[in-house]
Amino acid sequence: MTQSPSQRALIIDDSKAMRSILRRIVAALGFETAEAGHGQEALDHLEAATATGQLPDLCLIDWNMPVMDGYTFITEVRKRPEWRGVTLMMVTTESEQGQIVRALAAGAHEYVIKPFTPDAIAEKLELLGLVTKGVLA
Amino acid sequence: MLRRLRALPIEKPVTMAPASFQLIAALVLRETSMVYEPHKEYLVEARLHPLAAQAGCADIDAYVQLVATRPAERRKAIDALTINETSWFRDNAPYQVFTETMLPDLLARRAARRHLTIWSAACSSGQEAYSIAMLLDQHLPAGWTADILATDVSTAMLARVEAGRYSQVEMNRGLPATHLVKYFTRVGAEFEIVPTLRRMVRTRHLNLAERFPAVGQYDVVLLRNVLIYFDQPTRHGILRRMHQHVAPDGYLLLGSSETTLDLPPDLHAMWEREQIGRVQTHRPTGVSRLPATGDTALAPRPPIPHPAGSTLTGVRP
Repeated sequence: MTQSPSQRALIIDDSKAMRSILRRIVAALGFETAEAGHGQEALDHLEAATATGQLPDLCLIDWNMPVMDGYTFITEVRKRPEWRGVTLMMVTTESEQGQIVRALAAGAHEYVIKPFTPDAIAEKLELLGLVTKGVLA
Repeated sequence: MLRRLRALPIEKPVTMAPASFQLIAALVLRETSMVYEPHKEYLVEARLHPLAAQAGCADIDAYVQLVATRPAERRKAIDALTINETSWFRDNAPYQVFTETMLPDLLARRAARRHLTIWSAACSSGQEAYSIAMLLDQHLPAGWTADILATDVSTAMLARVEAGRYSQVEMNRGLPATHLVKYFTRVGAEFEIVPTLRRMVRTRHLNLAERFPAVGQYDVVLLRNVLIYFDQPTRHGILRRMHQHVAPDGYLLLGSSETTLDLPPDLHAMWEREQIGRVQTHRPTGVSRLPATGDTALAPRPPIPHPAGSTLTGVRP
């Protein structure tokens, strides 16, 4: 799979190991990556990125994190019209359908339940139009 | 794609030692980032069993020792453990073309019959058949019915289709979150397809490599990502037999890597390739396709018999 040049992904997860796994997956899809350990750190990143015109195209967001959880992060992002173009994808162990509905209603574009395979991330990003499959059907 | 596993039961008593599982899980994590959680021993066993047998090992533990010491065997094991599983809406483009081009065309051609027939000809665990069912649920006009036949050589796979239950890992594969919420209910650690979609799909055992039973004729046949598993004579035989099962104005869809298969002249003459957007379809030749103004002029076949309750009527919001 390939994607347009210069796409950026912000990986938000309190687990360093999970950030590393996600970083390798999205980097392989051609994204430049940045990381945050919780929602507030991610908001700070978006603020700084707004100032420099380097907003990420994609945020991969864990739900349960210290300081600010992923759900709160999404609601905060959705309050800011200038961040409307950022695609938000939850990547979480929360698998109850009620939680999925909550995340989608808050503004998440897609949802991946941990554990996942690398292909699952790639396929979701293809659904979101962020990557294009190299070999078309 | 679960085809390599088909001779094995999906769930079976775990016999591999915990240390063997830990070694394999660590290896796969290191090499691919893919996580094999505890309690997935049965899956590791199912995937490594054919390789263990091939290598002449007495059991999985002996094979794991081989994997630990031989790089070539390690590569084969990792391939087997990370083989792509069937996705929902696999490759996307065929499903887009189904919705945007084939379905409007067939709705016009079948206006008199108001019934569509689809065949998922190597249905594996059913994601293809149920993906089509979701699209029909969204796009079939009120008063129309649809029948989806799902066939496979594996009775274990057919049982999975009938159960309509999928693991979390399977649910992640290409299924939009909105569809997960709309078309599935949580049952324990799994997700179960809703009854309205389940009733649209009927299953039947069928070995593509052998003479087909009387399965009827279909508006769309999905024969995707299965021909590549057969040798050339068998592939050709399947495409010859399939000709009479695709409606004269219907569509045959192959996998993305299968549309370029070389065909002998007689078989080439039986199928007309038609490019629709990014997708190549095959349509039976020797039939003049009339304008899509209803199906009465096309000598319609009687509707494919299907059990009561296996149709879909109306459109849900």
